[in-house]
Parts: sequence; C-alpha cells; structure tokens
Amino acid sequence: MEFIELKNVFKVYENGVTALADANLTIEKGEFVFIIGQSGSGKSTLTKLLYREEKPNKGSVYVGGINVCKLKNGNVYKLRRKIGVVFQDFKLLPKLTVYENIAYPLESYGMNPKEIREKVLMATERVGLKEKLRSFPNQLSGGEQQRVCIARAIVNEPKLIICDEPTGDLDPKISQEIMEVISKINEELGSTIIMATHDKEIVNKMKKRVICIHNGVIVSDKKKGSYVENEDN
Amino acid sequence: MKIIRILNISFKDAFKSVFRNFSLSMASVSCTAITLILVSLALLVTYNVNSITKDIEDVLTIVAFIDNKATDADVESLKNEIDVLSNVETNVYNSKDSIKEELSKDEDLKQILETLDENPVQSTFVINVKDVRKIDETAKKIKEIDKVVSVKYGESLVNKLVSTFDVIRNACIVAVGALILVTAFLIGNTIKITIFSRRNEIGIMRLVGTSNMVIKLPFLIEGAVLGVIGSIIPILLTIYGYSFLYDFVGGKLFTDLIVLVKPSVLIYKVSCVIIIVGVVVGMFGSLRAVRKYLKV
Repeated sequence: MEFIELKNVFKVYENGVTALADANLTIEKGEFVFIIGQSGSGKSTLTKLLYREEKPNKGSVYVGGINVCKLKNGNVYKLRRKIGVVFQDFKLLPKLTVYENIAYPLESYGMNPKEIREKVLMATERVGLKEKLRSFPNQLSGGEQQRVCIARAIVNEPKLIICDEPTGDLDPKISQEIMEVISKINEELGSTIIMATHDKEIVNKMKKRVICIHNGVIVSDKKKGSYVENEDN
Repeated sequence: MKIIRILNISFKDAFKSVFRNFSLSMASVSCTAITLILVSLALLVTYNVNSITKDIEDVLTIVAFIDNKATDADVESLKNEIDVLSNVETNVYNSKDSIKEELSKDEDLKQILETLDENPVQSTFVINVKDVRKIDETAKKIKEIDKVVSVKYGESLVNKLVSTFDVIRNACIVAVGALILVTAFLIGNTIKITIFSRRNEIGIMRLVGTSNMVIKLPFLIEGAVLGVIGSIIPILLTIYGYSFLYDFVGGKLFTDLIVLVKPSVLIYKVSCVIIIVGVVVGMFGSLRAVRKYLKV
C-alpha cells in the first residue's frame, strides 16, 4: 500500500460548497508534492483530511496504512503525533519563547526534559534558528517565525510534513529560504512533504511533483519537473 | 514518570489560569467559601443534633404500669409482647414489691408505706427505645396491650426538641444543596471563560497531537484548585469559630440536656469533609464546562 492514498473522496461543507469531488490520489513515502490551485479550489481541504482536521463525506483516506476516517476522535492525537503541520499564519504561542514553542508538543506528550532539549536543539539547528531560542515570536521576522513553525513541525521527526501555504505571507527572498529549509528536511529526514501553495515561482523552481486542483477536482498530476503556468487558472 | 510530568504541566497551567482570570476566579472562590461555610454549619449542627438525640435516647424511657391483678404468667406474656415491638431496645420488669423495697430506702417514704395495709405501687416495665422519634408510636402500642394500665414518658418536650432539630437539619441540607449547585455553575462559568481565552492555544495543542486528557486536565485541576482555595476560610472558621463557641457556652447550650460535641474531634472531621466537598464541587463545575465547551 502507498504511504498516502485517497479513494473516491468527496467533501461537501454544510454551506453546500463542494471542496473535493471524487478525489483519487496516491503518494509514496519520501515524496515532495505540491498541491496547487486557486483560493477555494480545495487544496487546504485535501491537506486537512490527511491530519483529520476534516472528515470526508464519502471515500477513504489512508495515511501510513491507517484509514484516518475511521479513527475515533479520542485517537486522532496519535495520528497527529506522526504528522508535522506548517501553517501560513505560523500558529505560535505569543507568550512562549522560541524554545518553549518548539518544545511544547513534546512536553504535552510527557517526554523527558533531556530528550526534549536534544530534539529541540536538533530542530532549531536544521532551520537555522539556534541563536534565537530565547526570543519571543513578536521579536522575530515573518521568515523567522515560519522557521519556528517548521522546527515545531519537525521536532518529533514525523514521517509526514504538511505545509499549508507556508510562504503565503512572506516575501520572495524569504520564501526561497523557507523552501530551502523544507527541501533540506525532505532530504535529511526522508519525510514525505505535501505542500499546498499558489506560489507559482516556487513550484516552478523546485521541479517536484505537482497536483493541480480546480473546483474540488484533481485536474492534473505531473511528476518531477512539471510547471504550472497552464494549470493554475 | 510520564504521568508525573503531565500532571506537573497541568498543575502549572491550572495555577497560571487561576491568576490570569483573577477577578472571575475570586468570584468563584467567594461563592465556594459561602457555600462551604454553610456546609460546615450544616455538618456541625447535624453532628450535634445526632449527639444530642442520642443522649436523649439514652436517658429517655417509657414506663408501662401493670394491672395489679396481673398474674406471673400475665407478666411473662406481657414481657414477650413488649419485646417483639420493633422500636424496643431494652425492657426491664420491676415488680411492685421490688419498687416498694427501693422506695423504702428513703426513711420518710418508708414510714408512709408502713402505715398502709396494701402495697400502693404498681409493677412496671421500664423500656428503652431505639429511635426516640417513634417513641409516641411505641408508647401507644404498649398502652394497647392487655393488662397495661398506663404509660408515661416525657412526651411533648422531647418531641418538640427532636422535631425542631430535624427542621434545622433539613433546612441546612436544602440550603447547602442549592448553594452547591450555584457554586458548581459559577466555577463552570469561570472555566468556560478560561476555555474561551485559551481557544487559540487549545487549537494548537490539538494540531500538534496533544491527547484529549492532557488538554482537559488543567481545566479540571483549575476547578479543584478553586474549590481548595474556597475552602480555606470555611476551614479556619470551623476550627477557630466552633472552638470559640464551645468555650463561650461552656460546652452546653441553654440547658444541661444539650451537651455540644467536643471540638477536638469534630473540627478536623468537618474540615476534611469541607475540603473534599470543595474539590468535588470545583471539579464537577469544571467537568460540566469542559464537556460543554471543549470539543476535542
């Protein structure tokens, strides 16, 4: 079985909006995949289905061989511990330092402080933030805050990293730096990376697999080196 | 170790939250304190009423006077009939001769009794009851038995005393019950505000894989902490207030019949109950809020 598999997935929201219609998709372990499409096309919904933030109305979603649709609510946290999520708005806790923000998930798992320290230092080294451990989020630039968010997502070395518009609020230069960090993690950790974005420049430059969604329908799925000019409209 | 670490984090979060929403926490604590003061009062009254009722029960007896014509066989049968009544604790027969002998120990009475041809006293049964509240009913049943001429006991005084105690105790229980509900509601409200103010944080916790139990635990602990803080003043009032009252009235209320329970045992028992009630009410209020507003 593939690492990620979506079979005939339909997602219709309560307001009647169809976010996904008969989506079928497989992603292998260690792949780097872009999900592209206009705003409201269904790319965020697709990523949310993977970490069970949303449930499909029909069809099945498999992550690492587990049908996440059938997971009991009380067990969803077990799935999320194996997935790192990077958000466009970073979702950092303003009253915690960089170190505390990254350590936060591990502390809530009940991990011992020594192990937490080792993992946090390793994660901050990977994203290049070792000098900012004692800073608070409001003392950091947008790019640095996104690095903290990435460090938090990778601190437990997950097999899957989901990035939802990680460069949406960043300028092109910083976006490029962030992409380099994520790409490096993909190579070093071997984690599967799924990134929802509509940053054409980045997608074109990275030359990775690109899945294009339009009005909830997967309209194209091109392997390494695909370009997006004709697909994202 | 893992559980200890999680508990450690939860306790830290709970204490932080109490101070973060200080005014609301204080409102809950005040209400808890008022409720627990009443719980304490109700407990002290109940303990004392139980003790006083027991004292009365120990001294209170029914005296059944037996017909002078009753034979030994009649007395034996009477004794059996009284013994089988459910509220009868002990039943002692005193023959008129033994009573006369007892009375004759007093010189004045002896002289009077010697002037009479016949023994003027009647044989009796002296009966102790199990439940003093049912003494009326028991006395009535005894009176209905053949060969029982009359029954005597301290009817009206005891009944009034015991029923007054019962009214006080029941009023306390109703007031405490109502206040416990109000307190649980107020604590629940405080926790609700905490949940709303930490909504963003809770959302992030969920996304990074924090278990439901770890998310909910700080709120439950916060409820318990509010309960414990709210029980401090009631406990101090119980310990010092009751001891002061006991010394002030000299251990007796109005008459020698109403002897108060000594503070040494009672105040610590009541304090333990207060803190337990505080924690339980706090956690109950918190649990309600967590179930209603914290969908994880």
